[in-house]
Amino acid sequence: MIRRSLVACGPWLLVWLLAGCAGAQSALDPAGDQAARTESLWTLMLWICGVMYLLVLLFLAASIWRARRRLAGPPLSQGQASPAERPLLRALTGWVGLTVAGLLVLTVGSFVVDRQLAQAEAGQALRVKVTANQWWWKVEYEDPVANRRFITANELHLPVDRPARIELEAGDVIHSFWVPNLGGKQDLIPGRTNHLTLTPRRMGLFRGQCAEFCGLQHANMALDVTVESPSAFTAWSEHQRQPARAPSDPRLARGRDVFVGAACASCHAVGGQTAMGQVGPDLTHLASRRSLAAGARPYSRGALAGWLADPQSLKPGNHMPYVATNPDELNALVDYLDSLK
Amino acid sequence: MTARLTSIEEEADLRARLERTWASPRGLRGVLTAVDHKIIGRRYVVTGMVFFFLAGVLALLMRAQLARPESGLIGPDRYNQIFSMHGTTMMFLFAVPIMEAVAVYLVPLMCGARNISFPRLNAYGYWVYLFGGAMIWIAFLMNVGPETGWFSYVPLAGPEFSPGKRTDFWAQMITFTEVAALVVAVQLVAMILKQRAPGMTLSRMPLFLWAMLVTSFMVIFAMPAVMLASSFLISDRLIGTQFYNPAEGGDPLLWQHLFWFFGHPEVYIIFLPALGMVSHIVTTFSRRTILAYPAMVLALLANGFLAFGLWVHHMFATGLPRLGNSFYTSASIMIAIPSGLQIFAWIATIWDGKPRFRTPLLFVIGFIIIFVLGGLTGVMLAAVPLDLQVHDTYFVVAHFHYVLIGGAVFPLFGAIYFWFPKATGRLLSERLGAWNFWTFFVGFNVTFFPMHLLGLIGMPRRIYTYKAGLGWDLWNLIASLGSVLIAVSMVVFVVNLVISLRRGQVAGDNPWEASGLEWATSSPPPSYNFLYTPVVTGREPLWEGEGVLPVMGGVGVDQRQALCTTIVEAEPDVRQPSAGPTLWPLLAAVATTGLFIGSIFHEWALVWGAIPLAATLVGWFWPPGPTRRQAARAALAEEGT
Repeated sequence: MIRRSLVACGPWLLVWLLAGCAGAQSALDPAGDQAARTESLWTLMLWICGVMYLLVLLFLAASIWRARRRLAGPPLSQGQASPAERPLLRALTGWVGLTVAGLLVLTVGSFVVDRQLAQAEAGQALRVKVTANQWWWKVEYEDPVANRRFITANELHLPVDRPARIELEAGDVIHSFWVPNLGGKQDLIPGRTNHLTLTPRRMGLFRGQCAEFCGLQHANMALDVTVESPSAFTAWSEHQRQPARAPSDPRLARGRDVFVGAACASCHAVGGQTAMGQVGPDLTHLASRRSLAAGARPYSRGALAGWLADPQSLKPGNHMPYVATNPDELNALVDYLDSLK
Repeated sequence: MTARLTSIEEEADLRARLERTWASPRGLRGVLTAVDHKIIGRRYVVTGMVFFFLAGVLALLMRAQLARPESGLIGPDRYNQIFSMHGTTMMFLFAVPIMEAVAVYLVPLMCGARNISFPRLNAYGYWVYLFGGAMIWIAFLMNVGPETGWFSYVPLAGPEFSPGKRTDFWAQMITFTEVAALVVAVQLVAMILKQRAPGMTLSRMPLFLWAMLVTSFMVIFAMPAVMLASSFLISDRLIGTQFYNPAEGGDPLLWQHLFWFFGHPEVYIIFLPALGMVSHIVTTFSRRTILAYPAMVLALLANGFLAFGLWVHHMFATGLPRLGNSFYTSASIMIAIPSGLQIFAWIATIWDGKPRFRTPLLFVIGFIIIFVLGGLTGVMLAAVPLDLQVHDTYFVVAHFHYVLIGGAVFPLFGAIYFWFPKATGRLLSERLGAWNFWTFFVGFNVTFFPMHLLGLIGMPRRIYTYKAGLGWDLWNLIASLGSVLIAVSMVVFVVNLVISLRRGQVAGDNPWEASGLEWATSSPPPSYNFLYTPVVTGREPLWEGEGVLPVMGGVGVDQRQALCTTIVEAEPDVRQPSAGPTLWPLLAAVATTGLFIGSIFHEWALVWGAIPLAATLVGWFWPPGPTRRQAARAALAEEGT
């Protein structure tokens, strides 16, 4: 792994020493087939282009070095008058040949990798549908059995070593789905359906982010990606399929009543409860997610309370309105939502 | 040195008569009615540079905001307007116009002509550009600036997701600047093909003229696409058409195709004139004619053609068919061949020449170092899989700043240092020039090089803030510090301009011992540009023969006349009248502005606005009667017979 990064980062060595190319949102730290193939293409490109660049710089440096001769005399209006004209023209032809050869290698390399990516489809793929909205991700896990489908938001769990075929749609404007550690991006365009296949090979926590400018909160439209073992994935998805339990604690019940009675339920759904809103993220298992408001804050009870008390200060311009609640109602609401593990 | 056809006394008389014929009126009237390409060109360059500095200030604001994670300096609404205005201003109000501006000033001089081919149209184009640029900046300052980026993708820019007038101002600004760009393009094509000095055959044409010829044709073919796109957008927003609405059979991708069919050639529209400038600077300071001139011309043509075949590489992530994508991969990679050839030829020319490292050549060397790196990252972006990783990230931001600042702004600065003495009669300071260059070069690389890495480690473009802990903090801080150095460099540049304008060393006709026709007249050139029409006998006119430039007479002295020559061989063909100062272009531009701005608010403005526009155009094209002086002379002649 480290050797790979070293090769990939070659000329960036200094850079690499300082910061490292590894990261939860890095194309240079591949954790899946697609990202790994792309990274090998990157390495090829970096080396060939690096050599070409070096040649140009050397030639430039040499021509400047030659200028020490401080030649005088009239300017040369006819190239043929110079003894260097013919050798230079030959060198020019050679240079063009070299460029063509280098570019051919790169083009073929690009086609080969592109072909590999196109062939990554697999029958046993996990099917997930992601719908992007201003500024959050709706994530639907498909299943042939209708009642085994489930919906979550702003988080994507994938089992390791199994390809996932992701169907991409947009609810409003154009967005772009991008999890650099797993593979390249693909746009989500209203009126169209795009597909992307990702085959994770390494377990870990990664981060994706919308990559097409989509308005005010484009910067806060992240997606938490968890690549986990098949068994952990199965456990997680079974848990996600469970509806929220009706709260027995009177305080939580009061919170639920606030949720349903105030504007919350008209936009958000909580599975198993009366809330069926489809405009905003599904909140059935809100408290089990890593972050809040599409990656705007790590999830915590405090962050949740702050978000509910003033949604426009954390993520200005987002479509969640401030819903008037008194402090007591707000506390109950936070308790209730925080119980939705 | 120019050959002389008459005695010194007769020459003085001739100069006085020419001055009477060609001088622009004085005072306010002169300002408003000028059609002299040098006056228009100067205004154009200054206006373009003002927009450059304004957009630069916006860039500094963005870098200030991004210097730290989760900075609260600028909110998302303001930030989106700022980056939209930065891109819009740089692309539409600076980069394209400034290259055309330099051409408006230089092309007639390089052709050995007295004025540009269509002087009134030229004035009209400038006014339209000025009014369009002023409109969008006033709108921005009044908080109705564009907010959806310089590319304004629908449906985000459509009526549903961008209510209000912000996007309408943006779309109409496109109309303004495209009209202005087309106006200049047709003039330059006519000028370069039909009004070159006798003897300047196509195979002797200076490379800047070739570059401008190709560029102008590109403008003519590319700009209509974006005007169509922005007109569709305005009508979607104003009168409820559904060109881009998928729910009604429209298609958001239609916008992207039309925009990038213009947008990619646009990059070369900016870049090719810069290549022309580089060729002149390299030739002059290496004191050697360019190596492989025919190959250089063909490379420019190849760039121009290929530029139209690669727009889809901006759309690889939209899910178009893979086979189609690979065609655009090949086309995008192929364009590196002509560009690489030119790079080699310039370095080889320096190699075989007797180079003098004055400021213009420094900027050219900076250009080569920066631009080649940008070109190579461009090759990387042409590969679909790699593009899918780095598309819309800071890697792309780094890439296009390397090609646009490296490929166009560095040559432009070189060109300003090179031709400033011609336009003003004074040389810019070499010492400040070196400071200007080095601070710019270092500042540029410190700012933009780290962005390559930022993109690879996941930072998307157009975000107003980012979280700490993603490994982006340090690189953003470094980039922001670098931008301060660029700002310092720009201050040095302006100081140099101001000081040199007043106290700079007097240049004389040809301070660099350059070879082009523009150096065969005084600095600054007189209103009539050349006393006699220069005659060209080789590729480097002032270096040919014994250093005496042959000339010919026979072009009108007491009336404004232009000499037309044949397209290929540049043999004298006909003399035709050249228009004099008039207020009509300004009035027509005001009427055009009224129509364009009115139609932001109401569709009927197109109808009512057409009336004053038609009136001004009628006035403009009213057949000229004989001037008073001509009438008097005709009367005298009559008496004589």
